[in-house]
Amino acid sequence: MSLESKIPAGPLAEKWEKHKFNVKLVNPANKRKFTIVVVGTGLAGASAAATLAELGYNVEAFCFQDSPRRAHSIAAQGGINAAKNYQNDGDSVFRLFYDTIKGGDYRSREANVHRLAEVSTEIIDQCVAQGVPFARDYGGLLDNRSFGGAQVSRTFYARGQTGQQLLLGAYSALSKMINTGKVKMHLRKEMLDVVTVDGAAKGIVTRDLVTGKIESHAGHATLLCTGGYGNVFFLSTNAMASNGSAAWRAYKKGAKFANPCFTQIHPTCIPVHGDYQSKLTLMSESLRNDGRVWVPKDKKNQKITAANAVKLPEEERDYYLERRYPSFGNLVPRDVASRNAKMVCDEGRGVGVTGLAVFLDFADAIKRDGKATIAAKYGNLFDMYKQITDDDPYEVPMMIYPAVHYTMGGLWVDYNLSTNVPGLYALGEANFSDHGANRLGASALMQGLADGYFVIPYTIGDYIATLPLGKAVDKSHPAFAEAEKAAQGRIDKLLSIKGNQTPDDLHKKLGHIMWEYCGMSRNKEGLEKARGLIQELRVEFNRDLKLIGSNEELNMTLEKALRLEDFLELGELMVIDAHNRSESCGGHFREESQTEEGEALRKDDEFNYVAAWGYAGEGKDPELTKEVLEFENVKLTQRSYK
Amino acid sequence: MAGETINIKLKIWRQAGQGKPGKFESYEVNDVSVDMSFLEMLDVLNENELKKGNDPVHFDHDCREGICGMCSLYINGKPHGPKHGITTCQLHMRTFKNGETIVVEPWRASAFPVLKDLMVDRTAFERIQQAGGYVTISTGGVPDANEIAIPKTVADEAMDAAQCIGCGACVAACKNASAMLFTAAKVSQLAVLPQGKAERKRRALAMLEQHDSEGFGACTNTGACEAVCPKEISITHIARLNREFTRAAFSGSETDYTN
Repeated sequence: MSLESKIPAGPLAEKWEKHKFNVKLVNPANKRKFTIVVVGTGLAGASAAATLAELGYNVEAFCFQDSPRRAHSIAAQGGINAAKNYQNDGDSVFRLFYDTIKGGDYRSREANVHRLAEVSTEIIDQCVAQGVPFARDYGGLLDNRSFGGAQVSRTFYARGQTGQQLLLGAYSALSKMINTGKVKMHLRKEMLDVVTVDGAAKGIVTRDLVTGKIESHAGHATLLCTGGYGNVFFLSTNAMASNGSAAWRAYKKGAKFANPCFTQIHPTCIPVHGDYQSKLTLMSESLRNDGRVWVPKDKKNQKITAANAVKLPEEERDYYLERRYPSFGNLVPRDVASRNAKMVCDEGRGVGVTGLAVFLDFADAIKRDGKATIAAKYGNLFDMYKQITDDDPYEVPMMIYPAVHYTMGGLWVDYNLSTNVPGLYALGEANFSDHGANRLGASALMQGLADGYFVIPYTIGDYIATLPLGKAVDKSHPAFAEAEKAAQGRIDKLLSIKGNQTPDDLHKKLGHIMWEYCGMSRNKEGLEKARGLIQELRVEFNRDLKLIGSNEELNMTLEKALRLEDFLELGELMVIDAHNRSESCGGHFREESQTEEGEALRKDDEFNYVAAWGYAGEGKDPELTKEVLEFENVKLTQRSYK
Repeated sequence: MAGETINIKLKIWRQAGQGKPGKFESYEVNDVSVDMSFLEMLDVLNENELKKGNDPVHFDHDCREGICGMCSLYINGKPHGPKHGITTCQLHMRTFKNGETIVVEPWRASAFPVLKDLMVDRTAFERIQQAGGYVTISTGGVPDANEIAIPKTVADEAMDAAQCIGCGACVAACKNASAMLFTAAKVSQLAVLPQGKAERKRRALAMLEQHDSEGFGACTNTGACEAVCPKEISITHIARLNREFTRAAFSGSETDYTN
């Protein structure tokens, strides 16, 4: 089959305006006759649910936490980009578009990214009107900073808690619509399946996490706003319960999964310190503005402690980023910084007890600018680091290591954010559309809110308007009963295994396989091996999983097992995709495809496409459909940071 | 110090479900790395218990970076444990001594019924937000973000209040189980900002009415909430909430309610 991206014709800058005019409208009096199911209420879901309800649709919204305010969007620190050009430093919609396309290593759609840049400015207006307390100058106007190596200051921020404030803004809009009765909010309910009738999405099946009750919810359209799947690696910067199940269930019901191997590995996280570790903590990448990254030159100093590092003479240190990338130095993009950290650790020059860490040293910055200046810039981050590690970054260098942070891949969607299953949409990190092979800093918040506030409210009309009026979706259709039965069957099966390994035991094994073979650096043999290992692990899971209790209670072990079962399949698809894409691009580094200097080498002739994978049935290889990317407004170049 | 381990004893509140009887159970966890977070220590306990065929201790948690507000826990008589200005997930085992007994309880407040073990139902907070914790605007059609200048000090004060993570420690610490600090944080944020001024009267009245109807107690200014708040939100916001309420209650209409 071929995939219809539905990108409007015409000049890039006019596509969205024209499209908004061309999409079908639903009469205001008729909107109330339709119900939209929204799964996940982070930035994308909360903004979509609130806005659709304001337009008059009935919304049924779901989250598995006890409040929409808990969604992991809340943890984003740095900020949100917008092409406001308030700083008069040469920013524009086109520049934000260009930076995002280039940063994504030319693996995203021009039209989608341009639209994202266009609506970015409206997002800031909307958030300010809601009362989001962005940082301001003494003149009372909004402050901006440069972020993630951008050459203009276009990042809006609220201290180090931008994600929190934007989510609370969207949550307030959602709360307002819950209060009017237009949104019915379901808390602590997790989606187990998408229900399709005659090939179109008609609702979902959920499990009540408190009572275990499995029930159906019908809607004329279903929006999956369920975030990314970084937790396939077990350890990531994602929240503990973040999972890929909604997207995976959609995949198994016919939705294509695009570019699953595109994973962002963030260079500045606190390193792993033990087997008991539950998650990894991100340290803002703004630290690289003043910190110098280094490891010892000599392998004999491997595993040197931070306290001893202070005494190591300058000539025995290798400031490897400054050495290899004289013009960008410590500010190279995330993927380059991460890969280099792995390389020096693989060489046996890593530091700290595990040897899987590099130093981020502020001694020179403190000497140059004084402790007070550094404290003013990074005080809260230094405190957080000390809280976690018990080391004081004012006295000894920080230790950092890369960690899984974001997944650019996700459900394939067209320009309307519709998956290839009619009536099923994917928004925010759950879709694949805007970040290509690498996401720029401060762009995730922008995309989530763009999709929810400003894209889906227009584009969903195009589908809703085609539905027969006055026809309620009917939960009594046998498809709902079948989906409920299948979900119950899955749970019964897992509870009946009665093996010896806990979900965490098995999840850690999966994480090791993914990190080793499908992490920062990938090769053909490793990926082939990983596929076999994952298949074996699935067998082990089905034979040896240990659960306790029943479905009809609060059972967090069962919740973990259900998410893990999906990760065990999704992980294999990531490996298959990484194997297929034998080029390097963005966060996907194939060892077979590198320049003489060891940098990522894209192969535009062969791989200038979106890899959209379709489910072909149990035990069968997935089917690949290629959506070729067309670049009419930017010239494809090889990134260089030398 | 890295590599150091301790042995600890735990007394944990176990309760099978809402309205069911509960009791303290004792546990021992040995060889606990001092670098572990408190929740990672509980993960280890739970893995051990699960392998023994026992139901793990249920507790709420998610981001584990101190921002989602999901984790709770009353540790040795204090919400979020003995340290100041952090959530439970940011508490590390180096805070405790070898051989120490640590008592772990859920939030205790009648408006926060226990769901299981250490998990409580905080949806009362949702309903307080829904009563008026917003600016009534729709998406689109709003002025340019820089159209209204807001003094930096005002924006900073709004941000101080807006940092609330809705964890409920304030309620758990309060002898009256009052949620005034939580309610004040939202009312105060929107009362100081120009965007929130149009609805000041109805917001203060509606949110407080909801607060009281949920069964939260009144504020008697003991300051326990401020002392345990992981985001260090000041009770001066409660003073502002009281002013907002008084003004709202004594003013006849919104007509002369302009600043």
